[in-house]
Amino acid sequence: MAFLSVRDLKVHFPTVDGIVKATDGLSFDLEKGKTLGIVGESGSGKSVSSSAILGLHRKTSAMVSGEILLDGTDLLKLSDEQMRRRRGKDVAMIFQDPLSAMHPYYTVGNQVAEAYRVHHNVSKKVAKARAVEMLDRVGIPQPDRRVDDYPHQFSGGMRQRAMIAMGLINNPSLLIADEPTTALDVTVQAQILDLLQDLQKEFESAVIIITHDLGVIAEMADDVLVMYAGRAVEYGSGNEILTHPEMPYTWGLLSSVPDVTGDTEARLIPIPGNPPSLLNPPSGCAFHPRCAHRDKVPGDLCVTTLPELAPGTRTETHLKRCHLANPDVVYEQEILPEIAPELVEEKQA
Amino acid sequence: MNNKRGDDKLTPLPATANFLPQDDPISRTEDPVDQDEIDFVAPIEGHAASVADPNAKPILEVRDLKMYFPVKSSGIIRRTIGHVQAVDGVSFQVPEGGALGLVGESGCGKSTTGRMVTRLYEPTSGTITFDGRDISRISTRQLKPLRREVQMIFQDPYTSLNPRHSVGAIIGAPLAIHKVLPRNKILPRVQELLEIVGLNPEHYNRYPHEFSGGQRQRIGIARALTLQPKLLVADEPVSALDVSIQAQVINLLQDVQREFNIAFVFVAHDLAVVRHFCPEIAVMYLGKIVEIADRDTLYNRPNHPYTQALLSAVPDVKQAAIGGRRERIRLEGDVPSPINPPSGCRFRTRCPIAQEICARVEPPLLQIGKRHKVACHFAGELGHHPDRPVTAPLLGVDDTGAPDPGATPTTMAGNEPGYSDTWYDLERKTMASA
Amino acid sequence: MYAYVIRRLFVGVIMLIAMSLVTFVLFFASPIDPARYACGKNCSPELREQTRKALGYDKPVVVQWTDFLKGVVQGRDYPDDPELRAAAPELVTHCPAPCFGYSVVNTKTVNEEIKEAFPVSLSISIAALVLWLFFGVLFGVIAAIRRGTVIDRGIVAVALVLYAFPAFFIGLFLLKFIAIKWQLVDVPVYTPIAEGGVGGWLSSLLLPAITLAVLYMAGYVRMTRAFVLESMTEDYVRTARAKGLRSPRVMVKHTMRAALTPLVTLIGLDFAGLMGGAIITETVFNYNGLGKLAYDATLTNDLPTIIGLVLLLGTFVIAANIIVDVLYAVIDPRVRVG
Repeated sequence: MAFLSVRDLKVHFPTVDGIVKATDGLSFDLEKGKTLGIVGESGSGKSVSSSAILGLHRKTSAMVSGEILLDGTDLLKLSDEQMRRRRGKDVAMIFQDPLSAMHPYYTVGNQVAEAYRVHHNVSKKVAKARAVEMLDRVGIPQPDRRVDDYPHQFSGGMRQRAMIAMGLINNPSLLIADEPTTALDVTVQAQILDLLQDLQKEFESAVIIITHDLGVIAEMADDVLVMYAGRAVEYGSGNEILTHPEMPYTWGLLSSVPDVTGDTEARLIPIPGNPPSLLNPPSGCAFHPRCAHRDKVPGDLCVTTLPELAPGTRTETHLKRCHLANPDVVYEQEILPEIAPELVEEKQA
Repeated sequence: MNNKRGDDKLTPLPATANFLPQDDPISRTEDPVDQDEIDFVAPIEGHAASVADPNAKPILEVRDLKMYFPVKSSGIIRRTIGHVQAVDGVSFQVPEGGALGLVGESGCGKSTTGRMVTRLYEPTSGTITFDGRDISRISTRQLKPLRREVQMIFQDPYTSLNPRHSVGAIIGAPLAIHKVLPRNKILPRVQELLEIVGLNPEHYNRYPHEFSGGQRQRIGIARALTLQPKLLVADEPVSALDVSIQAQVINLLQDVQREFNIAFVFVAHDLAVVRHFCPEIAVMYLGKIVEIADRDTLYNRPNHPYTQALLSAVPDVKQAAIGGRRERIRLEGDVPSPINPPSGCRFRTRCPIAQEICARVEPPLLQIGKRHKVACHFAGELGHHPDRPVTAPLLGVDDTGAPDPGATPTTMAGNEPGYSDTWYDLERKTMASA
Repeated sequence: MYAYVIRRLFVGVIMLIAMSLVTFVLFFASPIDPARYACGKNCSPELREQTRKALGYDKPVVVQWTDFLKGVVQGRDYPDDPELRAAAPELVTHCPAPCFGYSVVNTKTVNEEIKEAFPVSLSISIAALVLWLFFGVLFGVIAAIRRGTVIDRGIVAVALVLYAFPAFFIGLFLLKFIAIKWQLVDVPVYTPIAEGGVGGWLSSLLLPAITLAVLYMAGYVRMTRAFVLESMTEDYVRTARAKGLRSPRVMVKHTMRAALTPLVTLIGLDFAGLMGGAIITETVFNYNGLGKLAYDATLTNDLPTIIGLVLLLGTFVIAANIIVDVLYAVIDPRVRVG
């Protein structure tokens, strides 16, 4: 059994217009010391799922079902109080925008120390000393002085470091980072990603990194889970998925972003249309209205039937949710020449 | 409904507004699935990324532009005790129908520069020559005709559209304000613009909240196009959008640029997006241009350590996918305060190769190639930075930056907009020309 | 910070001077002859002219206004006309600085009038503030925590119903039923602390304070509810929950502190407004506070009293604004200047 094992996780929000199925049957495994990258657009259910692991959804507004087994314990079966005791201690989270994720009225030290005091019965003084130690560990210069500063006196990168210190102060076995670098500049992003990798090695935590940026995934993730409309559409090792993707949505993500080395004369190939409504998702495969490869599937299977998340053409552990019979061939022949013509030339030579 | 877009002939416009091709290829779609849900912009053959035409006449020329925001004291009488040097002496040219990218990290002055070009800010000093006329100091009244020709696209499509105005009112407002068209001609024109940006023309009476982020950005683009501008300043036009939608909007911007020969000043922090859109790119740091060059030179042979660090920091999915991860140059610390920027070279506090001279003398923006300028004492390609400052003999100082009485300083025209025909060859340490 | 307060005070004084000028100009722009009112029922044209001279209404508006300003700084003597003063020196009233004028109607200086009425209004306002703030915030927070439930809807509905009753209705209801018919409390008569002690003072304030508090409470319930609900969706509240804090601590330390900040502004302005604005309540209970004074002065066209009150209330509003801004800086570290 994996360290973290999520089985058939569903997070549904009842609204006046109907049930919003933000996450609809998500399963994955994660081992200690490994990083899982979850990719998807806004509304794909990636943040909602991770909030469910932390037990952050209020019972009054969300229906959460399935199993979240952390080290053998099903988090969804715990009482509110039992879950609270684990939150921040065994499972911690780092959020996207560190300016709004920190309380503007309290000093950074107060907020970091608070995270420690919740789970340790120590004096304020001891907790503050621990906070200084942690701020130092995440690379904040002069931590004994900066500990008394307010969040707005920190730069964006420093704030995110402080958030990381807050998340890691109890040495959690699972760290969830929700778009940890999206609000940051590239050079600062690089610093933060390096820091996360160093800390992961040191603490041996399991890390889930949620992002829309495939570049971040490529640098950080051991395993990759691509989400679309609340479901996993492709799941496998990072290397596999980035080099041999087998799901048209993943192809779309790869071909729609420009990069700093590719061919500038090539036109970007966008994914047409807009992300689907979760209230009224498309029938069959939720991606079918935007899919350019629908005509390769016989009949209207894509419209009528939801494909299983099943092994693709390459390995047993590379799963994809698509009716295409030969995605490897389509990728080699149609997609790769578009996104990386230099690679194709290399192969031919 | 299915074939509506491609076949519809567009409404004839008065001569003043006649810049639309009669059969508009942009909005033609092969197979529109559901017009209400999906907006396609199908690829147009032969429409690749824009290429620099070095000989095109400049539509915009910016010379030594500065924007200082005063910092007031907190005493009883509020005196100005300093300035935020948001932009400090920036010069560039944008050719007709061309595109210049301004990149840099937050606080580098790229957005402020964009706002000065559209005259949302009045520059502290320097000139902005648009279409042969200096617009840097003209009055609000004189600005009105300028607003027709220079338009802006904003970052956040959620806050930049008035939620209480219908899309038709938003896009049509400039036509009414500038009295370009009679009232009864405004609606057809609005619908035409909606079609150009790939939205359903029948949706003119809907409100912004009924559209998704990408569609709203299209509305913002339609509004900017209403008066047929010659220059568009796009301030982070795609950074608030989902990845799959970004490409749609970038393609749309490229299409309208081609179709209507609009010049762009493209402000963004995403180096890949800027590279894709702009044939020429300026990298800014703390209010100054540190390197400006054509696309290939800047991305393949950057000479400034900051440009090199920026490029190395971009996570690159394709590189990572094929296993080759570039070595990252770690920049320590944060960008210093623009109120009290470091002496000499502003980047020196974070620069991996800084030496004594960098603190003493500000490096001039030196032209080192046909279309390549860099402001660094140790300009050179990654791993090949010279040991001794290349600028010292030109500035008349020794290697530490102290005045050298024996030297003869050369006057360099580096901070002029555009490029000169001769430049300083870093290899041979002499002037060179094409 | 100090410099900031001084700057604000300076601007406040200029605003007050401007307000006094506007009041003068508006007063004399009206078709009513103030001298006619001041001279009483059996008024002959001669007497009226004499009154006019005595009050200085015969001078141009601007001169009257500068005289008034001089009076504020130096003090002045009444009657205004030197001839009249010389004619009847025993009737001269000296009004020491800062002199806000002399009310012929009440035959008192405005300063004396205000000195008598001020403690009454201040007492009622403070008592009402404490009541409405305590219950308004309490019910607002409960409604927010239990949002969407029967409790939430009940609180909001009751608040709305109470809000719909006019002040004179609630005041009269309390007076006629609670005090007179059922005799649950004494019929309230204002008792200063010096006379009745703190207990007597408080009990004399109970009914008028409830009348005012009911009115304001409704608004505070709804605003507190809205601010708390908004604050509950903030990212930093999610962070606090993600740390594993207990719900009460998340609510008190993280949610409420941010949610109640905007209330400070409202409290300051409402309190300042209430000082002179409790006209109906003071009239119903026959308390001689600033509201009643203003009401009477308006009916009798008593210019000096009106101007004195306008300036006093203006001072309250300006002071309240400055205090609110200072409090903001204390609460929110981002606002701290210099």
